[in-house]
Amino acid sequence: MTRVQKIAVPLAALIAVHLLVVFAGFVGPYDAATQFREHPYAPPSRIRFRDESGHFHTRPFVYAWKNNGDFAEYMEDTGRIMPIRFFVHGEEYTMAHILQSSVHLFGVEEPAHIFLLGSDGYGRDQFSRLLFGGQISLFSGLLAAALALSLGLLCGSAGGYLGGLLDALLMRTSEVFLVLPWLYLLFAVRAFLPLRMSPAGTFLLLIAIIGAVGWTRPARLVRGIVLSTKERNYVLAARGFGATEWYLLRRHVLPQTRGVLLTQAAILIPQFILAEVTLSFLGLGVAEPVPSWGNMLSALQQYNVLSSYWWMIIPGLALIPIFLSYYLLARSLEQPV
Amino acid sequence: MGYLLRRVLHGVVVLVAVSILSFLLLHLAPGDFFAEMRLSPQIAPGTVDALRAQYGLDQSLPVQYGLWLRSVSKGEFGYSFAYNQPVSALLWPRVRNTLLLNTVALVIAWLLAVALGTWAAARPGKWEDRLCAVASSALLVIPDLMLALALLMLAVRTRWFPAGGMVAIDFTDLSACSKVKDLGAHLFLPATVIVLGTFPLLYRHVRSSVSESLALPFVQAARGYGIRRNQLLFRQALPAAANPLVSLLGLSFGTLLSASLLVEVVLGWPGLGPMLLESILARDVYVVIAVVLLSAALVIFGSLFADILLYWSDPRIRTDAR
Repeated sequence: MTRVQKIAVPLAALIAVHLLVVFAGFVGPYDAATQFREHPYAPPSRIRFRDESGHFHTRPFVYAWKNNGDFAEYMEDTGRIMPIRFFVHGEEYTMAHILQSSVHLFGVEEPAHIFLLGSDGYGRDQFSRLLFGGQISLFSGLLAAALALSLGLLCGSAGGYLGGLLDALLMRTSEVFLVLPWLYLLFAVRAFLPLRMSPAGTFLLLIAIIGAVGWTRPARLVRGIVLSTKERNYVLAARGFGATEWYLLRRHVLPQTRGVLLTQAAILIPQFILAEVTLSFLGLGVAEPVPSWGNMLSALQQYNVLSSYWWMIIPGLALIPIFLSYYLLARSLEQPV
Repeated sequence: MGYLLRRVLHGVVVLVAVSILSFLLLHLAPGDFFAEMRLSPQIAPGTVDALRAQYGLDQSLPVQYGLWLRSVSKGEFGYSFAYNQPVSALLWPRVRNTLLLNTVALVIAWLLAVALGTWAAARPGKWEDRLCAVASSALLVIPDLMLALALLMLAVRTRWFPAGGMVAIDFTDLSACSKVKDLGAHLFLPATVIVLGTFPLLYRHVRSSVSESLALPFVQAARGYGIRRNQLLFRQALPAAANPLVSLLGLSFGTLLSASLLVEVVLGWPGLGPMLLESILARDVYVVIAVVLLSAALVIFGSLFADILLYWSDPRIRTDAR
């Protein structure tokens, strides 16, 4: 594969995942908070083409889950075929705070439910929650990385270009940040903020914390590049021709940091996604009923969930292909052109 | 010697900065340990005020910091509100458990990484090398949290290993031999997660520095003389590749207290991790500060340790640094 292809393939995969997550209301059959109390911990629905008597159906269908009252065991109610229909009307939802609709990509009629990835302890559909949770988990990583990179670019270029006291101060501060283990730092900063907040507030708070904690590495890398670039001959020549400082910085120095910033983005975003997931897993992040991949995983802190309901680990599994894409992206970005 | 002194001094300054920063952050936060007590109708407001006064929480911030420094000089690291005893008394057993877990895990990870890294570097492009590269990439993209949860799930389902905790309930009654066995069984799961989590990075560094040193002229010459491969690898190439690895060793020494934080919480290992989380949730501020400072101190000491090791192992650096 050429370098462009090596970058394009993981990038396309990531864009696809983010699109799915943005259109969670449409793609997921239910709302993230809708509870089917009579179906706690229902296993993933089996999508079938062939019914009990061996007839083949062109339209895929599911059987409704029924339990004998004690929620311990689910059986398929093979008496009624519940065909999966596409573009069905269901619950109202708003996408990206603007678009209002009630059309879902797929769904089945009552009384059956379709749980592609099973349901959780309140009978909420895991697949829909995974998509809605991705809005929190994936975008907090993305936005926190944007924050960390802009802080890093600002501090690194200011320190490297202006030098002097400002540079010394910034570098000493970054040392204090760097001696603290990353998770400890995250916890310590989280510790001094109120523990109970509205979901939107927590989301912004998490982004701010993670971004503020993660600025040091990009700042140091940018500073190094700025330091070496500002002494290059072409910069000196431009200065000799009377270019202003701002012009030099904007036109000749900062463009040199682009490669490092892109690579850092591909490295930092998964790290920051994991930070959000970890904090929410431990109850320090986004709280119920709003789903995040972290607080969905925290169900696994219960013994009975670990022993009986394997599908509760799916939000964790979902991280792996995403991290793989970012990893491949970072690796191909690092390669010289 | 002057260099060493300067480094130690610098480390102390950074630590003081960390302590002031965490002190400020934690005390500027809304509410404190006793805030919840105020809500309880069974506790008189006067009692809460008296408690706050007893712990010095009614003093100004600089005075509180001074009080804390005095307690640090006595080796107490402040007072835990939740446990009602000096933080140090709480800390040491936890530190011991965390050190045990991390030392075992990091030693295994290093042995594996050095062995496999050297082995793969000697067979560039062969299937063994490719397999190791794929495995290390795969481990790199699987987050630790996921590894811990997956292994925990496996342990709960198969019952091959005890899931969670550090010792069995009847640990005190066991004989010395079965005590070790029990501890080992409990250690297996968290140690495996840490080994798998740290291995890929270590492996990559070993692999790349050994393969670089294999290309050096003197190693090529030694190969030309027909020196056996194992000797070539471990007597010639590995020592020449040691410098970056020694620095890395110092760094991993610095993580001895912090690498296992998440794993401890998920797998219920009674180390510093669960205590940190608990004290954060309860706003037991001095415990938080003590844990954060301790791990920061170890990181600083770790990089110092790496420099000393380098100084000791590589005569070339000695002339440069002086």
